[in-house]
Amino acid sequence: MIQSLIAVALVALSALAVATFPRSVLVFLLFQGSLLFVFKARIPERLRWALLAIGLLVLMPVIGYFNSYYLEVATQVGIFVALALGLNIVVGLAGLLDLGYVAFFAVGAYSWAIFGSPHANIIFGGDGFPLAGWWFYVFLFVGLGTAALTGILLGLPVLRLHGDYLAIVTLGFGEVIRVLANNLDKPINFTNGPKGITPISRPPTPFGLPYGEYFYFLALLIVVAVIIVNRRLEDSHIGRAWEAIREDELAARAMGVPLVRMKLMAFACGASFAGVMGVLFSAKQVFINPESFTFLESIGVLAMVILGGMGSIPGAIVGATVVTVLNLQVLKGFSLWLNELKNAGVTVFGFSLADLPTQFEPAKYERMVFGIILVLMMIFRPQGIFPARRRQRELAH
Amino acid sequence: MPSLFECRGVTKRFGGLTALHGVDFAVERGVASIIGPNGAGKTTLFNIFTGLYAADEGSVTFRERPILGLRPDQITALGICRTFQNIRLFANMTAIENVLVGMNSRISLGLWDVLSRNPGFRRTESELAARAVGLLDRVGLSGTANVVARNLPYGDRRRLELARALASEPALLLLDEPTAGMTQGEASALMHLLRGLVADLGLAIILIEHNMRVVMEVSDRVTVLDHGEKIAEGPPREVQSNARVIEAYLGKRGAGPRTRSGA
Repeated sequence: MIQSLIAVALVALSALAVATFPRSVLVFLLFQGSLLFVFKARIPERLRWALLAIGLLVLMPVIGYFNSYYLEVATQVGIFVALALGLNIVVGLAGLLDLGYVAFFAVGAYSWAIFGSPHANIIFGGDGFPLAGWWFYVFLFVGLGTAALTGILLGLPVLRLHGDYLAIVTLGFGEVIRVLANNLDKPINFTNGPKGITPISRPPTPFGLPYGEYFYFLALLIVVAVIIVNRRLEDSHIGRAWEAIREDELAARAMGVPLVRMKLMAFACGASFAGVMGVLFSAKQVFINPESFTFLESIGVLAMVILGGMGSIPGAIVGATVVTVLNLQVLKGFSLWLNELKNAGVTVFGFSLADLPTQFEPAKYERMVFGIILVLMMIFRPQGIFPARRRQRELAH
Repeated sequence: MPSLFECRGVTKRFGGLTALHGVDFAVERGVASIIGPNGAGKTTLFNIFTGLYAADEGSVTFRERPILGLRPDQITALGICRTFQNIRLFANMTAIENVLVGMNSRISLGLWDVLSRNPGFRRTESELAARAVGLLDRVGLSGTANVVARNLPYGDRRRLELARALASEPALLLLDEPTAGMTQGEASALMHLLRGLVADLGLAIILIEHNMRVVMEVSDRVTVLDHGEKIAEGPPREVQSNARVIEAYLGKRGAGPRTRSGA
């Protein structure tokens, strides 16, 4: 009862605070934290879902009206939640360490980027492209299918590999896709190389919704679909077969689990989520180039899955949220704050921050702070923020 | 009439070592035991029967169908399932989930059934769960359905492995030292259970076992392997008094302790 009151009060007050101070990073963090609290608090299920629905469907777009950057952050969070959930199937459930996951995101993104921009005219000739905006919805499924197919293509050669070997091959695969995107501007210009593709069409928005809100809602819709699919898979013979493969591959085979089919299915399912989000991403960004699909992105998504708790759906959601918010807001805000101190000429122990050499510029610490957070997390809570029910027990031993 | 399960001239080499040398073996019904000193090739034989190893020579047929070259999951689907010498449960899954994985080859649901949660899916899932609970009861693990496998006591883990193997509805069950590490009382209880399974389900069982009391008590036929070769076969009493068998186990009279290499 008390928790319910706290939950309602937190959401209401923090939303109000954001409306009052639309520029304060801390206040927006408070709002996000309140939703996180609602997500995990001991309150009636109905109240939980009602509060989350109000927070995500009503309050967030309103906040976005005051400060569109926050809506952008929320959309990014949505994109990464879907990616983390996809990778969670491959790594968390089936136990196949994939270090090139962002490749599937790239495949989805490029599938719409090529056909949704005038660039396709260079490949096919004529002037039939870009496709009309409504094709975007078709391409959400095309991206899904293409990424799933790419997942199977990756899966086939690595069926016999485990652990470290598998990780190395998937890492290579991720790089191959990026290098292909970088170099497939000759002899036929498919990807326009490092220059990237622009302008990528956007679909017409319903009810004259601004694009910020539109992409936010679409990302939210996809995330909900992904969560439902994920839960249904996990809670079925397919999910159990994946976990059996993770636990003991040989025993799983002997008990009648068709190894090849199940592994390919894991790769395809995981990849398909990334494919859909890739299509959304390319339309949202209007411009994409291979720089968006580097190895670091794959590692980032993996960090989300591990930070949240491998094999756990709430874990993947929270992990993706925390890492994205950390990267886009907290660390940026932190270095901005340090910069302000520096510009104001604040002195610490008789040393003026204004004399700091450029090598020590706060913006350069961002990755380091992120790294330190990851290391601390792994030392003090190795099972992740919301570990899967079973993993919790495994680590207790 | 041809046997339910038959293997002819099965040979398996690992590099220079011949682990199995032209082994013939057949099971019709009941319990057939395979015994032999360590390294005789008993588990290797099981690994060939279940498709985990490829045999170099010979043929294996199940219900007159050759099974060499089939994948392990295909062999399981045909009706052969096994347990492992060193328990290989899915340690971080619950007891009932372990059993449910064993049913995998009997589930005909596709991806779409899972994603749409249609009535067929829900009916199948609840039937499977009911069957799994029934199997746990049958092997004496009532009430442990939601216990994570690694937290079960040793004897229960052996029994859970048996339940998981039974979940695939096998006609032939391969048990690799099921009583290893059990007390005599636990072993007897398990043998009683196996006898019950043979009687009720018409199951055939191939048993690898070191506990001679168990072997003599439960077996219809006993096959003795030594150094990858079959050295004796017949009813338990007969095999027990076979001179070559005694020699393989105890060494030649007056020759001192026998030394082994390879294996």
